[in-house]
Amino acid sequence: MPPARARVAGAEQIGPYTLLRVARGGLEPGIPGQFFMLEAPGRPLPRPMSLCLAPPGELAFLIDPIGPGTRALCALQPSDRLAIFGPLGNGYDLDVKRPLLVGGGIGVAPLPYLSDALGHPPAILGFRSDWHAEAAHLVPNAEVIVEPTYVTEALSPGQDVLACGPEPMLAAVVKLEPTAQLAWEAPMACGYGACYGCAVQIDGELRRLCVEGPVLSAGAERTSDRVLASASGRQDGSA
Amino acid sequence: MNILNASGCLDALTAPAVARSLDAFVTKTVTPLPREGNAPPRIAEVEHGMLNSIGLANPGIDRFLAHTLPRLGELEVPIWVSVGGFAVDEYADLCDRLDDRPEVEAIELNVSCPNVDDVPASVGEIVAASRAATRKPLYSKLSPATADIAEVARAAQKAGTDGLSLVNTILGLALDEQTLKPRLSRGAGGLSGAALKPIALAAVYTCYEATGLPIVGMGGITSGRDALELVAAGAASVALGTILFADPGAPARIRAELASEIANLGVGEIDNAIGVAHAEPAAISKTAGRPAVMSVQ
Repeated sequence: MPPARARVAGAEQIGPYTLLRVARGGLEPGIPGQFFMLEAPGRPLPRPMSLCLAPPGELAFLIDPIGPGTRALCALQPSDRLAIFGPLGNGYDLDVKRPLLVGGGIGVAPLPYLSDALGHPPAILGFRSDWHAEAAHLVPNAEVIVEPTYVTEALSPGQDVLACGPEPMLAAVVKLEPTAQLAWEAPMACGYGACYGCAVQIDGELRRLCVEGPVLSAGAERTSDRVLASASGRQDGSA
Repeated sequence: MNILNASGCLDALTAPAVARSLDAFVTKTVTPLPREGNAPPRIAEVEHGMLNSIGLANPGIDRFLAHTLPRLGELEVPIWVSVGGFAVDEYADLCDRLDDRPEVEAIELNVSCPNVDDVPASVGEIVAASRAATRKPLYSKLSPATADIAEVARAAQKAGTDGLSLVNTILGLALDEQTLKPRLSRGAGGLSGAALKPIALAAVYTCYEATGLPIVGMGGITSGRDALELVAAGAASVALGTILFADPGAPARIRAELASEIANLGVGEIDNAIGVAHAEPAAISKTAGRPAVMSVQ
């Protein structure tokens, strides 16, 4: 039940991202799309990271240094130690006939492990620059698209889409492929249902993404947080 | 010495093993009607803590009694139910409906939600009405955001509270690095974590002296040393909040660390450490109120 103490095995720069590898110890890699809570050194809260790769004896996470916690994680050095808890949440349903992986930006993170699990199916990956697109090398059989072109322009119908990426991309993907499995993101303090911080609106109700997701079953409808925030106005009460 | 969770910081049904590692599980606050909670984003990490504006998300008392409580009862850990209302009679009604439920060991009155704009009534009125409605032990959870917390604590005592839960979160604001807009959809939120500890210590210290009531101390406990400090200030039990998010193993770890701190202190039983920060500690566990956690009936 307590988080494991894992040793950093290595950290490689891939474009703007860092691939952080930790010794697996007794941790299971879990199902692609599941995530782990990683201690962010010096910060009060851990950070949720989906598993990127599961090389022998290791777990690897692709991290975008966008804030103090992720920057601290990217600064870890080999032989440093960190608390790690997982795997958590629900991953992708791997029982698909014509898989197509779709990723956008740091949403590429869970796709290398997913690709390995599915025998390297085709993938479409979108990035904002060639520099960011260096992460595409982690996914075999990937078609790389760089803005201003979007991944949705390369989608053809009739595929079992498994996607991860920014909210507008996922919303666009599900319009084209209503049965797509989508991995969502939300701020999380705990990752195991305790904090209620990661609530998102799914099928009209606010639910905890760490319990219901992060991969939502095909057809589940997620309402944009922006729509909710503007619609809700102020509400009394805080827990 | 009992270790509980702070209300709203653990879902015992999602994480039963964590709940069983506590001496009692405190539910998320239950209100008369279901509440979905506030729109996301609802949490934001800050230096030395976090803000939350969950918004008392809960299924409401009807569904709680019919579905949640029976399942909590199966966990075989004492259950404290936190209740919150927006009027005196709502608190009384909630207590009345919990009164005959054998699964409930104690009721915590959340009279200190940091984001409630209008305090519905005085704490004394809420406690008195609740006292009249239930025989269960009542703990009043107070806000540190008050000019004189000793006065509030004494009012709760006079109205019949059995103990105090100290403290609830205090309002804080975090702004986005880029946009300088509030990071929480609701604007401000309740500050918890290490930043809250000195505030919690002051509240426990003050209320212990003012009332002698049993106190569940909470606010920024991350280690056995933190727990010891709250005990020294006057807490008879402690509750863990934000630390549970980073470390679900915290109850067992902090219990072991606290035992070691007590051993180093050389005071013998842990209860002998209660209130040692005061010039003349009252032997609270021997002279006042009921035990902080009653045995399961």
